[in-house]
Amino acid sequence: MVDQIAPEQTHTIDEAIAVLKQRFPNVVSDDSRPGYQGVVIEKNRLVEVATYIRDQLGFDYLSSATAVDYHGLEGSTDHLEMVYHSYRISGGSALVFKAQTEREQAEIPSLIDVWPGADFQEREAWDLYGIRFPGHPNLRRILLWEGFGGHPMRKDWKEPYYEQEHKPFESRWPAGYVFRAEEKNAYGHNVQYPADFDLSRLKDTSDEDVYNSMGLGVDVQSLGGDDISTDRLVVNMGPHHPSTHGVFRMVMTLNGETIDQLEPVMGYLHRNHEQIGERNTYIQNIPFTDRLDYLSSMGNNHGYVLTIEQLLAKGARYQPPTYRAEVIRVLMVELQRIVSHLWSVGFLLNDLGAFFTPMLYANNEREKILDFFEATAGSRLMCNYMRFGGVFKDVPERIYGVANYVNDRVRDVDTMEFLTAMINERLPRFLDEYEHYLLDNEIIKTRCIGVGVIPADMAIAYSCAGPLLRASGVPYDVRRAEPYSIYPELDFDIPTGENGDIYDRMVVRLKEMRESLRILRQILPRLESTKGESIYAGRRDYNVRAPLGESYARVENSKGELGFYVVSAGDPKGTQNPWRYHIRAPSFINLTALGPMSKGHKVADVVTILGSIDIVLGETDR
Amino acid sequence: MALTTQKELDLRQIHDTEFPLPDEIQGTLAVTSLSRIYNWSRRSSMWPLLFGLACCAIEMIGMASSRFDFSRFGMEVMRASPRQSDLIIVSGTVTKKMVVPIVRIYNQMPEPKYILAMGACASGGGPFKEGYNVVSGIDKYLPVDVYVPGCPPTPQSLLYGLIALQKKIDGQSIANADDVPWYGAGPSEPTPIPILGPDIIDPRQMDIIRRQAEYAAQGKPYGVRELPPPMEIKKKVSAKAAALAAATVAAAPEPLDENRLKRRMEALERRRAFATKNPEV
Repeated sequence: MVDQIAPEQTHTIDEAIAVLKQRFPNVVSDDSRPGYQGVVIEKNRLVEVATYIRDQLGFDYLSSATAVDYHGLEGSTDHLEMVYHSYRISGGSALVFKAQTEREQAEIPSLIDVWPGADFQEREAWDLYGIRFPGHPNLRRILLWEGFGGHPMRKDWKEPYYEQEHKPFESRWPAGYVFRAEEKNAYGHNVQYPADFDLSRLKDTSDEDVYNSMGLGVDVQSLGGDDISTDRLVVNMGPHHPSTHGVFRMVMTLNGETIDQLEPVMGYLHRNHEQIGERNTYIQNIPFTDRLDYLSSMGNNHGYVLTIEQLLAKGARYQPPTYRAEVIRVLMVELQRIVSHLWSVGFLLNDLGAFFTPMLYANNEREKILDFFEATAGSRLMCNYMRFGGVFKDVPERIYGVANYVNDRVRDVDTMEFLTAMINERLPRFLDEYEHYLLDNEIIKTRCIGVGVIPADMAIAYSCAGPLLRASGVPYDVRRAEPYSIYPELDFDIPTGENGDIYDRMVVRLKEMRESLRILRQILPRLESTKGESIYAGRRDYNVRAPLGESYARVENSKGELGFYVVSAGDPKGTQNPWRYHIRAPSFINLTALGPMSKGHKVADVVTILGSIDIVLGETDR
Repeated sequence: MALTTQKELDLRQIHDTEFPLPDEIQGTLAVTSLSRIYNWSRRSSMWPLLFGLACCAIEMIGMASSRFDFSRFGMEVMRASPRQSDLIIVSGTVTKKMVVPIVRIYNQMPEPKYILAMGACASGGGPFKEGYNVVSGIDKYLPVDVYVPGCPPTPQSLLYGLIALQKKIDGQSIANADDVPWYGAGPSEPTPIPILGPDIIDPRQMDIIRRQAEYAAQGKPYGVRELPPPMEIKKKVSAKAAALAAATVAAAPEPLDENRLKRRMEALERRRAFATKNPEV
């Protein structure tokens, strides 16, 4: 049957896999481990097969590429593995393919020529797992610094100079005394220094490496025909810079004032989410996901919860979330999308030089939504709201506000009235006003239109996601491409841009807020009609037992496609930790396109281009 | 300044309460000390550094914007340059990679300078304390004046922390060199910048590290934390079991000390004499 199907006409993933196996008989094999999906590809022919997958099978969008270390997992071979999730931009589920390598001298061919979006993700795999990618032009550490001891995400990695296997302690009461973590770090007395320890060798060379790779002081050029000879100049921006949206750093080579080359340097907020996530139980990770993209914690929760629910669904005792829980989730996620886009548009204006005033307008509206979050989840920013199988608390009957200003009155309003007024009146009115101020503004038009253009094919190749991708005219939204939750029954459009410049990205964000309001207007009657129903499916399970296997779920977060890749070790006894916990961070992967986008623009434009990508460093560096 | 909304300077703010004045002239006359007026002007125009690290920075901006509005306390000017700022709000997780620029920025700030550690991460590592790239608190490297707990702290609590810092400044005295070390003789020492080796190395710990490396080269024991002997855990014994144990092992009664016996007998005598005198008691 299979051989009648042309590769480009395969509809389901199974058909695509069958075609792939037929075309590469000894290279591609099924991943037969229980709970796993996709195919394993012989690593020497990975590039060839990947090109076939992209060109013939039409999986042109590489969503995620990440490494897993299977060292020490019971019943598994001792190897490192790269996992790739590729999608069709027209929608559908993922074709998962993997390449395995031994742990010593780990090498897997680079896919950067097939999908340029694999650039940063492969650098991350080299940094954290020590997998070399022959063919990668710039394989340097990305999150840590050059000279860091070892590759920290490997299962047998130990902290340099550090005696214990685990940090901070194995037992809470070793020999009857409490240890503080401080006593065990490199400055305390519980360290092991090598006998040949030489202080003079300790030198941080990452800065020099970056500058040298940018061609610092290499040549003197004369500018096109004129007799003005100019040096190429290397300019460093960040990590402390008000317009880098956090602790992001860019190193640029300038020709006059025009950018020749731009190298993003990150990792200044690398706080080891993934390793801490492997130590935590599944439920303990939910508050950590809040701190990824700290402007849209509800969206992060939703992505993680969906991933684990997908994993749990393979087991026996799984109950899907109730309808009311799904309604509340969508309510929260869409409100959070508005919060995040308000912030993003406000800060884009900040970067354009309208310092803080547009931001204040946006922030005023944002605070109203945060009040609702605080009343419901107990916290303004880090909501920690969703659970596997539902949400942890119902929407309250009334919202009690606190008095914040002098002469402020204490608010006590009905929640539904508050939401209805906000969604139907207040926010649309604000958006009208905001669009009136922004969209026809001459300065904004002059500085944004035609700047930082990324064409549609390039945006797809660079794995861009979210408003960045849609502004280039690609109507790709996970809520439509691979629907989850109750989005199939909701009516909304996917706004797209035409030119893929900064202005279009801003317009797409403003239109998305309108679409979110449209969704919320459909959510309100559902919220009313399901009042009193259960918000949690089944028994509240605080220590879920996930069956063996892997799972990858993604949601359309405000910054783009947020995916979680979780491998479960499936240990039936004891507390359960994920074996691997990876976050496909949209901010991180969108930054891959920053260099190509800024080439040929002026320094002042780079600030705006970065603002239009809308990165959040907590997610970029994780 | 704190007084931007008022047309005239309210003299009560700079009046030093050590010098009593009658109520009726308090609005027109102020007697004050140099320290007082100096501190008052300093704390009413604290300029924070525009410096956001992580999640807490969002709440810091929230505090700066119109709802909470920290310009009420004379702090509305957030400067992006460390050369122009008096206060650095460490708002977020301090990673090993980031602590190097932070120490550099701190060294560039002119004195008098203050540090406010905002949130759990900056105060002590917070939820990410055990990460391999996380410094457990900025106070491992820099002196912190005010800690604000929370993850993240609400804008209200950050405002409270800033008011606490103002109170701290009010309490400083120019006469006391411990309070205001920047008026000491000569320029103050910059904080040594940490080195990023295989792990982060604090240059102030170099001596210890060098000594330990020497011990390691000589094969001597090193790097062992001196533990007190393990604690003895005493089991609670019930009275019944104790009586049983006493019955089985008849312990010889301890001979009483001679002096003690004598004192006890005397006390007994006194008590008998008292009882015979007052039979009704």
